[in-house]
Amino acid sequence: MGHGPAVKLGKDNAAAYKGKIGISMFVVYTLVYFGFVVINATNPSLMQEVVLGQTFAVIYGFGLLAFALILAVVYNALCNAAEERLNK
Amino acid sequence: MIYQTSPLAIGLFFIFVAFVLGLSFYLARRTSSAEGYYAAGGNIHWFTNGIAFAGDYLSAASFLGICGMIATAGYDGWMYAIGYLAGWMVALFLVAEPMKRLGKYTFTDALDSKFNSKGIQLSAAISTLVVSVFYLIPQMVGAGVLVKPLLGMPHWVGVCIVGVVVTLIVATAGMASTTYVQFFKGALLLIVSTIVVIAVLSRGLTTEPTGWGENGGHKFQSLTAAVAADGSLQAGALSAAAGWQQDSFGQDGFVRMSDGKHESIWQFTENADGSFALEETLFVTTAPDGSKLYNGSEKAEGKFFPVGHIKEIQIDGQSVAQTGGVGPFAFLSAVKDSTIVLWGKKYIMDGDTKYQVFYQKPTPGARILRPGLKFKVDNATGTQKFNFISLMLALFCGTAALPHILIRYYTVPSQAAARKSTIVAIAAIGFFYVLTLFLGLGAMTNGVINLTDNNMSAPLLALSFGVILFAVISSLAFATVLGTVSGLIVAASGAVAHDLMDNFLGLKMTDAGKVKAGKVSAVVIGCIAIYLGIVFEGMNVSFLVGWAFAVAASANLPAILMLLFWKRTTAQGVTASILVGLTSALGLILISPDMWVRYGLLPGDAPIQINSPAAISIPLSVIALVVVSLMTKRTEIAEEGEAAQA
Repeated sequence: MGHGPAVKLGKDNAAAYKGKIGISMFVVYTLVYFGFVVINATNPSLMQEVVLGQTFAVIYGFGLLAFALILAVVYNALCNAAEERLNK
Repeated sequence: MIYQTSPLAIGLFFIFVAFVLGLSFYLARRTSSAEGYYAAGGNIHWFTNGIAFAGDYLSAASFLGICGMIATAGYDGWMYAIGYLAGWMVALFLVAEPMKRLGKYTFTDALDSKFNSKGIQLSAAISTLVVSVFYLIPQMVGAGVLVKPLLGMPHWVGVCIVGVVVTLIVATAGMASTTYVQFFKGALLLIVSTIVVIAVLSRGLTTEPTGWGENGGHKFQSLTAAVAADGSLQAGALSAAAGWQQDSFGQDGFVRMSDGKHESIWQFTENADGSFALEETLFVTTAPDGSKLYNGSEKAEGKFFPVGHIKEIQIDGQSVAQTGGVGPFAFLSAVKDSTIVLWGKKYIMDGDTKYQVFYQKPTPGARILRPGLKFKVDNATGTQKFNFISLMLALFCGTAALPHILIRYYTVPSQAAARKSTIVAIAAIGFFYVLTLFLGLGAMTNGVINLTDNNMSAPLLALSFGVILFAVISSLAFATVLGTVSGLIVAASGAVAHDLMDNFLGLKMTDAGKVKAGKVSAVVIGCIAIYLGIVFEGMNVSFLVGWAFAVAASANLPAILMLLFWKRTTAQGVTASILVGLTSALGLILISPDMWVRYGLLPGDAPIQINSPAAISIPLSVIALVVVSLMTKRTEIAEEGEAAQA
């Protein structure tokens, strides 16, 4: 058969922890993303309101892109720390 | 609209092709094993892989399609970018590391890692092939569309060049060469797009853009016309015979005027004093024999002007003619406070002759920088809202289920590298999507848009800065197609050679035999891709990318996630989920109003009124998995990946 990984992977004691924080962060981002979708679908004129000199749509859109990167970096830092701690 | 063929663009493109082919032949020496061919030996650096992810993902649809859509529909085009990027969070948080841990060469491996099920092997391979082909067709057609104006060659030549080059790239060194092609293409795309955006911001906004070419900067005229005693409409040398308000044009708010030699079409509104205000339009006339005239002239005469201008710029409450160089936020703020001329489109029949009339729609910038110009969200019906939410769901769930993206997790050495490469991808793709907003708005306001093909907006914006930037970005657009197609062919050849031949059919192959099977599959799929690219010439097939996302999200993602997070998932459940997701998504698309139009029928007569199936087909796929898993017994096998974990 041979379904296993292309390279031999070491034992990862941090997998369960990483899975847990991955799910938590996924839930947080999903809520923020679908908040954006629901506002667009139900109250699109709210998106035209001016916030910080830009339309709310622009602020929310940039916010989603920036939030994605911030969460990704935080997630990576937590995973790195966990791997360091648990895979000694 | 005529573009001048740029020898520089041709030269740059062929230099890129020569470079990637040279690299492929060099790497071919290192890919004699199946690991080397399907997974680049699993030793690609995470940063290289992250940029290669961006190269894979930023297809012609992202690069040309999103910029074009923003240029003509504003924020709604950017909604795609937001949805596409959000999809990467699913990949990072839920899929990246488990996919690396469980699989070997293909995403079928990961799904089947605990079961050794023929059902999973067959259904996942079919799903991979369906999604890959849906993605391949628009890329190949796009290659032909690009090659015509940019390199001055016929459609089939473009398709063949891409097909042959990509097949050579893949057949020589498989995933290794594909990865490096993607890396260079992704990096170049980011650098060149950044340069164009800096140029856009340095130029700022002006009410009199110069556009590109000899006819750039055309000033669209506004006239005042009066009705003569005989009922005709008169505006200087132009006139329209009596009865002009009753003909097919007049009923749609347009009037066809003539100066005795040339025909022109104007949008009219009646003034309080009984006179009429006329605004110039652009129009394409299609005669019964299929021949076309552009603004009443042959295409070569260049009378079909590029468009996109600002009617009024407001800075701090003051009207100004131009802003000069501005920063990114000042640019967006100035667009918000300005009035921009967008273009509407109407079809009018005059006997057997069809007129496609493009008319001016001055629109407040704040309205452009919020959703609603393309998607029907204002005063929308329940079905329209459902369509919008379903599309955003498909974009969110599709990315982490695209086979050519998933196989990239096998090219890195560890789960940490899989995670880090996803983060590099998120940073690179997110940054690129920020650039697309400025590229699109730049095209919208710089008089560069070809109304008959908004996909060319980004290259034509570059052309407004000179032929060198145009040549660079054009050759890059073509390289974009090369990169994405090579990733798709690796994914599809893996599905045929590894999933079907090796695993499903159980053909006992040596390691060298597996590589040979992969290469032969790549050549065959390359030939099929060339054939499809030529056959589908002239068809607007961009909707197939949407299909690919909806099908991948419905057929693949529920199976991946449930396998990872629900312990009672069985092999039969996974198979049922893939088949139900695949067939329900395809079935719903085939009976959708969009398809009814393509069948030549009225969209209102379609059995359902939804165009985006994800919100129905994804839950159906999950239900199928849960029900079938509860009805069947889980039988696991010991796996190498698992063994390594234990």
